[in-house]
Amino acid sequence: MSFQHKHILGIEQMTKEDIQMILDTADSFKEINSREIKKVPTLRGKTIINAFFEASTRTRLSFEIAGKRLSADTVNISGSTSSVVKGETLEDTAKNIEAMAPDIIVIRHGHSGAPHYLSERVGCSVVNAGDGAHEHPSQALLDLMTMREHKGSIEGLEVAIVGDITHSRVARSDIYALSRMGAKVRLCGPGTMMPIGIELLGNVEVFTDIREAIEGADVVMMLRIQMERQSNILLPSLREYARFYGLNPTNLKLAKPDAIVMHPGPMNRGVEISSAVADGGQNVILDQVENGVATRMALLYLVSGVESMQTND
Amino acid sequence: MAKAETAILDKAGVARAITRITHEILEHNKGGEKLALVGIRTGGDHLAKLLQTRINEIESLEVPLGAVDITMYRDDLASRGNLPIGKTDIPFHLDGKQVILVDDVLYTGRTIRSAMDALMDFGRPSTIQLAVLIDRGHRELPIRADYVGRNVPTAREEDIAVIFDDELNPVEVRLVKP
Repeated sequence: MSFQHKHILGIEQMTKEDIQMILDTADSFKEINSREIKKVPTLRGKTIINAFFEASTRTRLSFEIAGKRLSADTVNISGSTSSVVKGETLEDTAKNIEAMAPDIIVIRHGHSGAPHYLSERVGCSVVNAGDGAHEHPSQALLDLMTMREHKGSIEGLEVAIVGDITHSRVARSDIYALSRMGAKVRLCGPGTMMPIGIELLGNVEVFTDIREAIEGADVVMMLRIQMERQSNILLPSLREYARFYGLNPTNLKLAKPDAIVMHPGPMNRGVEISSAVADGGQNVILDQVENGVATRMALLYLVSGVESMQTND
Repeated sequence: MAKAETAILDKAGVARAITRITHEILEHNKGGEKLALVGIRTGGDHLAKLLQTRINEIESLEVPLGAVDITMYRDDLASRGNLPIGKTDIPFHLDGKQVILVDDVLYTGRTIRSAMDALMDFGRPSTIQLAVLIDRGHRELPIRADYVGRNVPTAREEDIAVIFDDELNPVEVRLVKP
């Protein structure tokens, strides 16, 4: 079985085998990051454009490092310094990027579906680095890689995801990925942040009390309260949110003793996660960041191969 | 449709070849204090393990052992597509080592070229020598083996199969005709 996706638009389109293959490939690439010479020639001569139309440090850096460690040439453009501010449409921007013959466009965009729209209009591979409130596939994959490292296997895990589920593309991608790999997802958040019908996306149970959601969980994943978005309308106050939905050493005790704590970052310390937990022995937050590079190397490698297999057919 | 297969080496034959190669390696490297073995996945890594055991029996030396997967260094991503990537594991410093690169079958030499590139990324060995169980010819690069179990003239359309048992010991080498 080989990987057949030319684009990585979301986890929704992936099978269990696809996810397995990405995780295994990422496992093999991880070793490169601990070498003295952190570079392999795998994608020599390929050009990767990181088009980030929305703020990002971690994901952009991670994609850029991943591309460079595979010897690809990576070029970054960001929304605030591109022609977008002059009123150019996404399609025109894309056509212009394509005219310079890149092999992969990695795109982050505030609108859900932007990567999908792009993939139908350009000839190269498109990798979604987060689109609106839709999906963030590379984040979900690095989450699974981290869970698998710590727990041995994804199947049968009880994973609590707590926070603003409505606006979280991370949650959506994780729900698809975890359900497909046979884990159980417990979603928890205030009613204003829980979309109706979310349980239809996968193997999901919805909670409003964080204590019930965490009890006996193998993994507790806290989502960032997105202060720059609508959070102030959906919440009476951050203090109240921290009290009812924040993870602290007391409620963490309800999870399994060997439970791991995850966060996609950037953290709001003292809001969704207390500093004691964020720096505590159960957190694997920096493992997630480390695995992010390996996961993105795997994605870039796998989509590159598909391109050439199709030309050969 | 069954393919025609001829046995080239049986279990005892493989064992004799490995023993001879071990002696040659030790003789050539004057005892082998600085030796290191790196096997190319998959096949070469099992043979490297066998050489390590044999060297230990003969000289009571514990030679460091590593394995390299060359998929990341292939020159044919454009034509072969995304092959699964295996693990590279070299748990020692290569600087100043006399590295014996081990593979089961030497053919075009492209795998060896890739493996040498990989080794160079890990350090600066004082020498790299090549040990193979079978040399079947048809080189496409200026590469030759320092230690050869058996030279087998083949046609390009033929194939060489090295069979390993469950304990990953080589038990037979076959020439497969199309």
